Amino acid sequence: MDEKIYGWWLPPDVSVHGAKIDQLMSVLHWFMLLLFIGWGVFFVYCLVRFRARPGHVAVYTPVKGIATKYIEAFVVVVEIFLLFGLSTPVWLSYKNNVPDAKKALHVRLVAEQFAWNFQYPGKDGKFGKNDPSQISGDNPLGIDPEDPAGKDDLVTVNNLHVPANRPVIVDVSSKDVIHSFNIPVLRVKQDTIPGQLISVWFEATQTGHFELACAQLCGLGHYRMRGDVLIDTPEEFAKWQAENAPPPPGEPAAAAPEEKK
Amino acid sequence: MSVEHHTAGGNGHAHADHGHHELPFWRKYIFSVDHKVIGIQYAVTALVFLFFGFSLMMLLRWQLAYPGQPLPVLGKLLGETAMPGGVMAPEFYNQLGAMHGTIMVFLGVVPLAVGGFGNFVVPLQIGAPDMAFPRLNMVSYWVFLPGCILMVCSFFADGGAAQSGWTSYPPLSDIAPPGQTMWCLAMVLIITSSLLGSINFIVTIVQLRAKGLTYWRLPFFVHAQLVTAFLLLLAFPPLEAATVMQLMDRLAGTSFFLPSGLVVSGEQLKAAGGGSPLLWQHLFWFLAHPEVYVLILPGMGIVAEVIANNTRKPLWGYRLLVYSVIFIGFMSFVVWAHHMFMTGMGTTMSTFFQTTTMIISIPSVVILTCFIMSLYGGNIRFTSPMLFATAFLPMFAIGGLTGLPLGLTASDIYLHDTFYVIGHFHYVVAPGTLFALFAGIYYWYPKATGRQLSDKLGKVHFWLSFVAINFVFMPMFFQGMAGLSRRLYDPTVYAHGRGVQALNVVISWGAWGLALAQLPFIVNFFMSLRAGARVAENPWHSTTLEWAAPSPPGHGNFLTEPVVYREPYEYSVPGKTKDYSPQFQAEG
Repeated sequence: MDEKIYGWWLPPDVSVHGAKIDQLMSVLHWFMLLLFIGWGVFFVYCLVRFRARPGHVAVYTPVKGIATKYIEAFVVVVEIFLLFGLSTPVWLSYKNNVPDAKKALHVRLVAEQFAWNFQYPGKDGKFGKNDPSQISGDNPLGIDPEDPAGKDDLVTVNNLHVPANRPVIVDVSSKDVIHSFNIPVLRVKQDTIPGQLISVWFEATQTGHFELACAQLCGLGHYRMRGDVLIDTPEEFAKWQAENAPPPPGEPAAAAPEEKK
Repeated sequence: MSVEHHTAGGNGHAHADHGHHELPFWRKYIFSVDHKVIGIQYAVTALVFLFFGFSLMMLLRWQLAYPGQPLPVLGKLLGETAMPGGVMAPEFYNQLGAMHGTIMVFLGVVPLAVGGFGNFVVPLQIGAPDMAFPRLNMVSYWVFLPGCILMVCSFFADGGAAQSGWTSYPPLSDIAPPGQTMWCLAMVLIITSSLLGSINFIVTIVQLRAKGLTYWRLPFFVHAQLVTAFLLLLAFPPLEAATVMQLMDRLAGTSFFLPSGLVVSGEQLKAAGGGSPLLWQHLFWFLAHPEVYVLILPGMGIVAEVIANNTRKPLWGYRLLVYSVIFIGFMSFVVWAHHMFMTGMGTTMSTFFQTTTMIISIPSVVILTCFIMSLYGGNIRFTSPMLFATAFLPMFAIGGLTGLPLGLTASDIYLHDTFYVIGHFHYVVAPGTLFALFAGIYYWYPKATGRQLSDKLGKVHFWLSFVAINFVFMPMFFQGMAGLSRRLYDPTVYAHGRGVQALNVVISWGAWGLALAQLPFIVNFFMSLRAGARVAENPWHSTTLEWAAPSPPGHGNFLTEPVVYREPYEYSVPGKTKDYSPQFQAEG
C-alpha cells in the first residue's frame, strides 16, 4: 500500500463520481479564501485607519452601505450557484444514477463491533438469506444454512475486493450499533444503520490497495475498525473469487478463505 | 464578589424599598433570588466547568499526539482502569471525548452566556430591578447545579462516564455502561433548568423594560438574548423527551431506538425491538442545531456592545442586525438534518436541508458585515474587551465559512465526521464565542465588582490565547481534508491518519499552551477583586442602562427609576461636548 499518496489535503480520487466532488471542494475553498481575504483586508484597514489617537474622532453619520449591498448580493449569488449549480446536481446525479443492477457487482455489508463483514453472492448471483439467529463466529453474517442460494456465497471480513472499471453496489447494514462505511479515496461514505438496508454505489477507476475506516463512533474499538480495500483488475478479481469460493457441497474444503479475521 | 448594599450617597436603597431587613448569609449568597447573585453563581460555576471540560481535552490530546505512550505523573494518578500502565484505555478516551463536548456546551458555554451574562446584564440593561420571576430564577440555578454534579460524578460509575459522544446516538448509547444513564439524568435536570430560565428571560424583556425603552431602543445584546431564550424554550423539549425515552430504553425495557434483531458481541440483544435509531437523531438535532445558535448569539450580543462602546460610534446596521438575528432564530429550526446527510437520506429531504442551510448562512454574513462596518469611521480604543471582540470577527468568519462545505451534501460526503467538522465548530465556539465571553468578562467585571481588571494582564491573556488557539484549530481542517475521522483513539491505525500525525503534535502543544495562556486571566480575575482600581458607575463611558447603576448595583439595582431618552448607541453625536450620550440621561 502506497503511503506517499496521503498528505495534508485530499488523497487521490480513484472513483468515477469523485471528480465533481473534488471540483466542488476546490471552488468552495477558493470562494471561502476570497471572502476571508476580502473581509480581512478591509477589517485590518479599519483597525489601523480608525484607531484612537490624539486629534482623531469618530464619525456619527453611518457610511452608506452601497458597496456592502453589492457584496452581500455577490455572496448570495455565489451561494445559489454553489447550491443549485454544483452541489445539488452532483448529489442528485450520484444518488439517482445508480448503476444497472445487471452490470454491477453486488456486495452485502453487515458491520459489527468492530469488523466489516462482506458477503458476495456466488455463481448463482443470489445472496443467501441473513438470519440474526444464525450469527456465530464462523458465520458473522448469519447466512441461513437452509437457504440454497447462500451455499456458494463468499464471506470476507475486513477485506473488500472489487474489480476496477465495474460498478459496485454495496447494500450496507449493521448488526449492533451505527457504523459508517467510509473509503476516502473512493469518495464514499454511508452510515450503516441497524434495522436498515441502505445501498451505496461506486466505480473504481484504478487498481490499488486502499483503506476502509469507520466514520461513526461505535464503541471502544471504533478506532481499529479498519478494512483493506483491494481494487483488482478484472482478471485478478475473477481469480480471487474462484480461489476463495466455498467448495461445492460434498467435496472436501479447499484452502481457507482469505483473511477470515 | 459581594452584592453590596451600600452605594455612593443616598439612602442606599433602590426606589422600590421592599421594607425588608438584611437577609441572612444563606439567603443573600446561596439561595438568593437576586438576578445578580444568580448570574454570578452561574458564571462562576460555568467557568469552573469550562476549565474542567478543557482539562479533559488536554488529557485526551496526549493520546492523540503520542498514541500508546504512557502519560508521565498523571497517568499513574488516574488509575489502572482509565490509564493501565499510564497508557490511556480506549474506553477512557471515548469518555473524555463525550464528556468534553457535553460539559463545554451544557455546563460551560450556555450557562456562562445565558445564565451568567444573561441573568446579570439583561435586567440592568432594560432598567429593571430584577427578573420577572426571581424565585423561578433561583430554582433554575439550583436545578442546574445538581445536574452538573451528577454529570461529573458519572466518571465514577461502573464502566466510566458517558462514552458515546455528546451526541449519544443509539443503539450504542442504549447499550452503554451505567455512566450513560447518569448522563441522561443530568441532562434532564440541566434542560429543565434552561427551560425555566428561558421563560423568565422572555417575560422579563417583554414586561419589565424601563419607561421610554421601546424594542427599537434595546441594546443588541438584549435582542440576542431574547431570540436565544426562544430557541431554548422551543428546541429543548424534544431533546428532554428523547432523553427520557433513552432512559426508558436503558432502564424500562422499551425500544424507542432499538430495532429488532440486534446482535451484540455475538449474543442476541434481549429487547422488544421495533424502534428506530434515526428517531433519536432527529429529536437530538432538532435541539442541537438551534443549540449552536444559542452558543453564538449571546456572544454576538456582547461583541456588539463592546464594539459600539470602543469605536465611539453607533453600531452600523442596528436594525439589520436585529432582523438578521430574528431570521436566524426562525431558520435555525429548519436546518437540523444537515447533521444527518449520510444516514441514507433521500434526495428530496437532503435538497431541502441543503437549501435551508445555505439560506441560514446569509444572515450570519450580514451580521459579520455589520460588525466589520461598525469599525469604519470609528475612534477605536484597543481595551482588553475590544481586543477579544475584534478578534471574534475573523475567527467567526473562519468558522462560518468552513460551514459551507459541510452544509452542501456533495462535499459533506467526504467531510462528514472528519476533523474538518471539529475545526469548523470549534472556530465558531472557541475563538468565536469564548472570546466574546472573555470580552464580556473584561467589560462587565467592573459593573459586577466595582473594580477594574488589569488591562496589561488582559492584553497578555489575549495575545497568548489568540496565537495558541489558532495553532489548535487551524491544522484540523487539513486533517479533515486528508480524510481523518473524528473520535479515533489512535489515528495512526490508518495510512491517511499517519499522513497528518505530525499535526496532532502541533495541536496538542497548542492546547497545552492555550491552557497556560489562561493563567494571566485567572490571576487577574482573583487579584483584581481585592487590588483592582475602583470604579464609579460608568468607567467605560458607555451609553446603555446598566451603566446608570452603581458598581456593583445594590438590591433593586438603580438609585432612581431609570427613564430612556434615546437610542442605545449615541456616541460621538455631532454638537455635543462628550463623545457619548447615555440612554438614561435627560438632555444636557
